[in-house]
Amino acid sequence: MDILDLLKQDARLTAKELAVMTGKTVEEVEKVIKQYEQEKIIAGYSAVINWEKARDNIVVAFIEIKVTPERDRGFEEIAKRIYSYKQVKTCYLMSGAFDIAAVVEGTDLKAVALFVTQKLSAIQGVTATSTHFVLKKYKENDLVFEEEEKDQREAIIL
Amino acid sequence: MKKPGDFIREEVKKTPPSGIRKYFDMLHGMSDVISLGVGEPDFVTPWQIRESAIYSLEKGRTHYSSNTGIMELRNSICVMLERKYNLKYDPLNQIIITVGASEAIDIAIRSIAGPGDEVVIPEPCFVAYKGCVNFAGAKAVPLQLSEDNCFKLTVEQLESCITDKTKVLILAYPNNPTGAIMTKEELKPIADYLSSKDIIVISDEIYSELTYGIEHVSFAGFKNMHDKVIYVNGFSKSYSMTGWRLGYVCAHKDIISQMLKIHQYAIMCAPTFVQYAALDALDQCEGDVVNMRQEYDARRRYLHRGLINIGIDCFEPRGAFYVFPNIKKTGMTSEQFCDRLLIEQKVLVVPGTAFSSAGEGYFRATYASSLENIKEALKRMERFIKTIND
Repeated sequence: MDILDLLKQDARLTAKELAVMTGKTVEEVEKVIKQYEQEKIIAGYSAVINWEKARDNIVVAFIEIKVTPERDRGFEEIAKRIYSYKQVKTCYLMSGAFDIAAVVEGTDLKAVALFVTQKLSAIQGVTATSTHFVLKKYKENDLVFEEEEKDQREAIIL
Repeated sequence: MKKPGDFIREEVKKTPPSGIRKYFDMLHGMSDVISLGVGEPDFVTPWQIRESAIYSLEKGRTHYSSNTGIMELRNSICVMLERKYNLKYDPLNQIIITVGASEAIDIAIRSIAGPGDEVVIPEPCFVAYKGCVNFAGAKAVPLQLSEDNCFKLTVEQLESCITDKTKVLILAYPNNPTGAIMTKEELKPIADYLSSKDIIVISDEIYSELTYGIEHVSFAGFKNMHDKVIYVNGFSKSYSMTGWRLGYVCAHKDIISQMLKIHQYAIMCAPTFVQYAALDALDQCEGDVVNMRQEYDARRRYLHRGLINIGIDCFEPRGAFYVFPNIKKTGMTSEQFCDRLLIEQKVLVVPGTAFSSAGEGYFRATYASSLENIKEALKRMERFIKTIND
């Protein structure tokens, strides 16, 4: 596995551990990681948190947004206006029936709804929005949120 | 009057049960044990294969298949063997789908070796070989492999064990429990030597997909030995399908046609829906195999280096998913070491002696376990080594 695969699984692995697991020297690993960070290939490190468990007042919605692209700037400027809100956790340019997808978090349904109607819909160039509330997260970033099944294997087998 | 147990054949009686039984008793009532004692992948079978088995049940593929296995699967296996290892077998008459590689080993031994015959078994090795040889009424001749030579087999060692009664050599690389592999250059002299001998080689290559940094070479690929090799492989280790019990055996048609009789009368056929799932495994899950191999490799490096860092000697394994560390300098026997490690630090590993007396002074630990487990096991082993040294 290369360093990116290993870090994707566990971002807490130290350079020393990564060096052992990839057969490289610690210096090589540090250098490669630094390069990845500079090139934004590694854009950051964060824990994948099951917010539903940690807090009971979190609402997540998936918003489909249709926009009219701006002359010269295309979708970039509108996307920036959307993703600059701290309520927007994820933002994608999409192909298909709508243009931009945003994942929005709020403390309750009303907060999310108000944010969409008062902020997102009001952005110049946004022509329509469609809000889908997330009822349950099964899997995110390769991690399954359901209680993992225990190791089913016998403890000792030849 | 005879007691019920008196009816048991001598060959069965004299074969000892697996050397790990006592650990089941010791484990009873213990909690928080980290087990590196498992001889199977920790990955669940890729979903695609599981889904395919469900589908094949839905489709009602619940009947017997042909004795040799479904034609599509035999065909796919033969195509894969040629592509990967340059082995040419005719799916019509040179392959049998078996219930795990274990059945393949059993019917291979039973077809070839009987009373008066000798079977050379390089040790330490998988536990079943000797048992199968005993049950067939043949004589198992142990050949002790040496760590100095990275547990590889040499012609000199072989020469010293071969008599005019030798009928079979069992070759098992990549190896359980040592993790040793043999390269083409190392296998070739063995093939050259055996090519002029009337000896059949049963080549158990169940770990063929699990070699690290080096491509697996099949012993059946040597032209001068091809007709005298019984090639054994299966889906357990490569596709993480241990519980499905699906293997296969390939050989010259005159051997397969005879082996088929034992398989026919003892087993009938491998489970049909499992065969259909295996077909999807071969056709669509190559990527999963690569991913699993890469993950094992990272853990292999971690566990191997970790052991060396805490002062446990260990040669670098290049295949399967085991390390086989040398604990002779602790002054303990394998069993003493493993018992104490379990009781004092709650880490379960398998004493080398479970894999024949040649394993004395070693233990087997698997890296088919999560990195988290491996890290914790290493911490505990480090504490254990410190208490021994104090």
